[in-house]
Amino acid sequence: MAKKDKAVEAGAAEANSIEMRETAGLSQGQLVRKRFFRHRGAMISMVYLIFIVLFLFTAGGIHLGSKGAPFTIPGWWHWTINDLTEVTYGKGDMGQLTVGAPTMNLNPFSGKALGIGEHPFGQDNIGHDYFALVIRGAQQSIMVMLVVGFIGGLIGTVLGAISGFFGKFIDAVLMRFTDLIITIPTIIIGSVIGMKLGNLGVFPLALFLGFFAWTGLARLVRGDFLTLREREFVDAARVAGASNNRIIFKHILPNAMGVIIVSITLLLSGAILLETALSYVGFGVQSPDVSLGTLISTYQDSFQASPWLFWWPGFFIISIALSVNFIGDGLRDAFDPRQKRKITRKDIAAAHKAEKVAKAG
Amino acid sequence: MLAFIGRRIAISFLILFGSSFLVYNMEAIAGDPLEALAQSNAQNKVYLIQRLTAQLQLDVPPPARYFLWLKGIAGVFVGKIDFGKSRSGGSVLEIISAAVPVTLRLVTAATFLAILLGISIGVLSAIRQYSRLDYTMTFISFLFFSLPVFWIAVLLKQYLAIGFNDFLSKGNVTPTYAIAIPLVFALITASFIGGGRRRFWISFGTAAVSSALVMQLLNAINWFQKPGLGIFLVVLFSAGLGITVAGLTMGFDNKVGRYAALSVVALGAIIYVPFNMVPGSWLNLPIMLGMGVVTAIIGGLIGRFWAKEDRGALTRIGAITAVITALFTILDKLMQVWNPYVNSDAIGGRPLPTISAGNDLMTSHNYWWQLLDVLLHLLLPTLGIMLISFAGYVRYARSSLLEVMNMDYIRTARAKGLTERTVVVRHALRNAMIPLTTLIAFDLSGLIGGAFITESIYGWKGMGTVFLSSVSTQDLNLLMGVFFLTSFLALMGNLLADITYSALDPRIRMGK
Repeated sequence: MAKKDKAVEAGAAEANSIEMRETAGLSQGQLVRKRFFRHRGAMISMVYLIFIVLFLFTAGGIHLGSKGAPFTIPGWWHWTINDLTEVTYGKGDMGQLTVGAPTMNLNPFSGKALGIGEHPFGQDNIGHDYFALVIRGAQQSIMVMLVVGFIGGLIGTVLGAISGFFGKFIDAVLMRFTDLIITIPTIIIGSVIGMKLGNLGVFPLALFLGFFAWTGLARLVRGDFLTLREREFVDAARVAGASNNRIIFKHILPNAMGVIIVSITLLLSGAILLETALSYVGFGVQSPDVSLGTLISTYQDSFQASPWLFWWPGFFIISIALSVNFIGDGLRDAFDPRQKRKITRKDIAAAHKAEKVAKAG
Repeated sequence: MLAFIGRRIAISFLILFGSSFLVYNMEAIAGDPLEALAQSNAQNKVYLIQRLTAQLQLDVPPPARYFLWLKGIAGVFVGKIDFGKSRSGGSVLEIISAAVPVTLRLVTAATFLAILLGISIGVLSAIRQYSRLDYTMTFISFLFFSLPVFWIAVLLKQYLAIGFNDFLSKGNVTPTYAIAIPLVFALITASFIGGGRRRFWISFGTAAVSSALVMQLLNAINWFQKPGLGIFLVVLFSAGLGITVAGLTMGFDNKVGRYAALSVVALGAIIYVPFNMVPGSWLNLPIMLGMGVVTAIIGGLIGRFWAKEDRGALTRIGAITAVITALFTILDKLMQVWNPYVNSDAIGGRPLPTISAGNDLMTSHNYWWQLLDVLLHLLLPTLGIMLISFAGYVRYARSSLLEVMNMDYIRTARAKGLTERTVVVRHALRNAMIPLTTLIAFDLSGLIGGAFITESIYGWKGMGTVFLSSVSTQDLNLLMGVFFLTSFLALMGNLLADITYSALDPRIRMGK
């Protein structure tokens, strides 16, 4: 028993010294980056997200602007969401008739030719190419995510920072304003935009959602600023004659960066789910344009006959939201200074090796 | 304290005024309630438009009309609140009061289960940080966090409801389910048991094989057609859970706690027989709730009877065990009516419904039949809501407990030589719950209006459905009624969260 305790203790001490050695002589940014790159889930998600964004925007091209003044860069995929193709009929696994089944085959043991075919994700029942529809929908989701993240992140950070730093009357007014915005349900905003600006595309929707999505972030940033402004280094900066601007941007904001970035990633994944939910109930993106939410709501009843119409939009929503959440988790771990990582056998071996090299040299 | 609450309430009303003014005008400008009529081909179109204009006072410009609406609301101070009339001429108050109970029934069970399950799993996950359980639960909670509720609803309908109904009518387990269910079960069990790689695979294998066998066995004896626990299993399960509760509150080596739990279960076993003879038509919800309260009190008294010290803890153990035993007894009773219920004409052998809040064809006055019907209709939406909101609680509980476990007083508690159970349950958990209570209070207040997607998918006519239809038909008074109620509850929930926070954490001072 005693022996085991000693071994555990020695292990803990060793783990501690490994941790110390790894962090010696690194700046905050370097530390964060190092810890982030070590988070396996976050790294996989990041690679996946970059890949999927490049894939979506090269395949579907870029379509901006309104109906009257469109701005379009075509992509490499040969169908668009408005093309009506000839509907293909086939036989399913159980001999039933299928309409517009996917032509993609990635299973080498199926005995059919490998490849993506003419309609990799299949067609809907009137002949739209589903690959084009899903890609367009996923593009919309990513655009909403970025715009909401940018607008919401900016407003939330600025208002939270002002509120937390100046306190007193300004704080009271801004926080009550935040409460006011929180009580307005998002679906009302969605319906107002859907009715008035529905045919202008997804940008106005994202913009307005951003104007109302900053409340949680503002509260968190305010809380962080409230504690940070009482710290000694802020007093020191003030005594040294620093202006409010300098204190906010050079001293407090870098310390609050962790909270801000992490809550922005939460905002991003929330924005995707919000946009799809709004579109699902008919208040977001309006026909003839599509979103992942409208695709699911249009085709959910044909689940029995053509399940691919249901699986693909869902796959894109989940995989994008999931990878953003994992990146957020990795960032949270990376920014947390108290974060203790699990010291694996591999680390200990590496440390021993480094020690030997140092002794030899 | 009182001054603080008073000030907060006053501010809440100002906020409510501001946001309702904004919402009223936004909606009034966004959609024209006469549009649908103006495009219709009705012969008496002009008359209809005139009538609706007069009824909803549409000739008054929106900002002024808002104050007319507000005047009705302000009637609450003289005891005559008026939410106005909906487009169809019905009283908004009546429509809302019909919708609220439906929504409450939908969300209550889901929320409490999500909180209970989420916090327990989050706590376990934090205690065993970086274990296999932690990684599995982190992944699962992230996955559920990223799921759209409308998507998972369709899957639940297809694979749970339709799949189970098919299984019941055909009577054989399809190979996919026969393999998948034991594997998932084994993965979860083995993650909970933990240990090294070897032990993981041993427990995984054991759980997979035994659960597969149990499944086939239950199917072979037609258990799914005629399920039941019987007095023996009811006692066994209740005793197991009761001993666990006693162990968690007083320590697993404490005999008195175990005795208290077991004696409560023994009493439950004695009551089991006469309880099963009570005809179902005698019972109703108030009686059942009353019996539940009496059960908890009797259980508490039995626990107290055992107490020489630690009276509070033993009372709690007794009460909780009594409720658990009662729930198993009820479950057993429901299983007994399962077969006649499933084979009745109203059900026709397909018991898991995919839509609506209750079966209109069912005419039985037997309480157990009605309860089973309600519970089965609740099953899918509850699972959907639960899976998604549970993920958030797992994350919060985990990070909150991890933060507390790093505190100095936890080290002090350990240094005193307290057992790990006492450190976690008495010292860490109580402090970690403080931020969670705020979250819970806030979440509870948002429930009434928050389930609109689930409601519309499963065809429940609750607040969410009313809200959605009022938005799409530009029924301004109805919309404002729903909005007013939900945001009022949200603000009160917010206030309640602040008050509980300061009550639980003496370091926080009110009004600062």
